[in-house]
Amino acid sequence: MDPDDSDIDTRADTSEALDGNTLAGPLSEVFAVDLTAATSRCAGCGRVDAVAQLVVYGPDPGWVARCPGCTAVVARLVRTPDAAWLDLHGATSLRIPLTT
Amino acid sequence: MARAAVPGRLTARLAWRAARLVDVVVQTPAAHSLTFEVPGWPGHLAGQHVDIRLTADDGYTAQRSYSLSAPADGDHLELTVQRVDDGEVSPYLVDGLEVGESVEIRGPVGGWFVWRPADAQPVLLVGGGSGIAPLMAMVRERRVSGSHVPFRLIYSVRTPDDALFAEELRHPSTVGNGLDISWVHTRVAPAGDPRPAGRITVPDLIAHGWPADFSPSCYVCGPTGFVEFVADALVTLGHDPDVIRTERFGPTGG
Repeated sequence: MDPDDSDIDTRADTSEALDGNTLAGPLSEVFAVDLTAATSRCAGCGRVDAVAQLVVYGPDPGWVARCPGCTAVVARLVRTPDAAWLDLHGATSLRIPLTT
Repeated sequence: MARAAVPGRLTARLAWRAARLVDVVVQTPAAHSLTFEVPGWPGHLAGQHVDIRLTADDGYTAQRSYSLSAPADGDHLELTVQRVDDGEVSPYLVDGLEVGESVEIRGPVGGWFVWRPADAQPVLLVGGGSGIAPLMAMVRERRVSGSHVPFRLIYSVRTPDDALFAEELRHPSTVGNGLDISWVHTRVAPAGDPRPAGRITVPDLIAHGWPADFSPSCYVCGPTGFVEFVADALVTLGHDPDVIRTERFGPTGG
């Protein structure tokens, strides 16, 4: 598409990438704090990004979040009827901002 | 920096709540602002979004996220949804859902692409198409909270008729008082516009943004290509990547 097609741009329902902002709701099922404001370190290249800035594909069959630098998979999240599967093997660390 | 904790979220997991459609504003033929009534709505920050879940008679569900485009008004919240013709959710929200009917909503969610009135830095908002929605929430939050933080909004649309919130953004009472609004028309510029139609450029960002040494907070929302161009350009202009917050709206939407 024309990358500046400014009027075709609501979120989701697309084969094209979204970003980590869209994971806020799905992650809220698992975490008590907003994880999209956390930063993650990519296990592939060491780059640090806010989770909100990861390149995200989904929602079906599950969410896949990739590093914007090297495209390695940083996280995967799959919701089944009775559980959430969260695979973070592509993230060496998460830094979660907290207030006292 | 943004705080991760969201008010009211420390103990209870977010539940799906029934949200009843109470008002519709037609922004463009393809984009409607929908006001829902959600009893007990806890309030939200400018830039946050909600997830909407639709359930078919056979139990099939589809879930999408949409930005809140206004501050909360008691139990009322406003979303702005652009129809995507082959989408699963947006055609129903724009064309099928009638006032008085309900959907399920979960939220508010998202603590990264948010602006708080207590933030003192100047603000640059750069929106493309319906990417204006969360930025509109920030513009309105600034007004409602009586903030004097200087805002500059650059809004890119194909033609003048494609602008969302056009009446409000062009109203004399909206601009001024520390809010500047600049328009970029990518296909058709209005008569007499000194800027010819064309994609947003680095000179647009220089002319209508803030110098990097003002250390503004930058919020960029729109289609992926638009967001990446603007974010890269802001870095090139010397803005700290840490103060540039982006949100990509998928090009074919939901």
